[in-house]
Amino acid sequence: MKSSVITFPGSNCDRDMDVALKKFGFNNKMVWHDDNELPKSDLVVLPGGFSYGDYLRCGSMASKSKIMRSVINFAKSGGLVMGICNGFQILVETGLVPGVLLRNKYLEFICKNVFVKLDNKENSYFKNLNKDILEFHIAHNEGNYFCTKDQLKEIEDNNQIAIYYCNKEGKIEDQYNPNGSIKNIAGIFNKEKNVLGMMPHPERMIDQSLSGEDGSIFFKNLINNIK
Amino acid sequence: MKVSAIITLKKDVLDPQGKVIHQALDGMGFENISEVRQGKYFEIDVNENDPSKAKAIVEDMCKKLLANLVIENFKIIETQ
Repeated sequence: MKSSVITFPGSNCDRDMDVALKKFGFNNKMVWHDDNELPKSDLVVLPGGFSYGDYLRCGSMASKSKIMRSVINFAKSGGLVMGICNGFQILVETGLVPGVLLRNKYLEFICKNVFVKLDNKENSYFKNLNKDILEFHIAHNEGNYFCTKDQLKEIEDNNQIAIYYCNKEGKIEDQYNPNGSIKNIAGIFNKEKNVLGMMPHPERMIDQSLSGEDGSIFFKNLINNIK
Repeated sequence: MKVSAIITLKKDVLDPQGKVIHQALDGMGFENISEVRQGKYFEIDVNENDPSKAKAIVEDMCKKLLANLVIENFKIIETQ
């Protein structure tokens, strides 16, 4: 299975993602933002970081970079595109997934482990996963998911909410919402469910001795789903 | 000619930075404030002499990049 990770100026989780994808069997290529053509890929990942120094709005400059034209075409033709953290911010700026990511409610950079609950397993990312609650890591300043009331209705009607912030038992309540996101939303799909944007970093949870194993569970399942 | 654009957050969007600035101003003795909202200001020198054309170009820029219309409004001002 072939994957591509896009590196923008200021990306800093691109190599972690590369390590994670390779560990679970992807033949991964790093792709520079200024390239025109996307290599043949089964999965494209927009990694975390601070692309273009978060100038203007997080992800806004990266969303207009050269390679993104190919990524947008790839997504529109049904290709799997996953944006993690800054990658999620880039995805909302392209309009591939609805909404925006605002500054965290209490204006602090949040760096900690969180639990997320899957809402929808009818997609290539979470299909066949034998867990509903996963422990991932978040590290962001602008992860406060916001959308208009009309958009929220559309998102809910189309089952586009991918994951919610919750506690260990899977309870989705205000007190387990780290950043003020509407409805505890941590990740969103596009309508067709081939594009996934999420704030948590599965690539930081791929080694039991360093962090945790829930990222391993996610990536192992993902490559099996794509095969 | 120079055209300016002011980007502001829409009414329903929470502005935590504005809130904190409000609190700081309050603490400094500026007590006569009911709300502070923070925005962005752009000054763009467009190579175009026709004011309406220049404004239209900046309006296009606002729609495509400078503002995110899910959360922000923009206002265009002709300065020179």
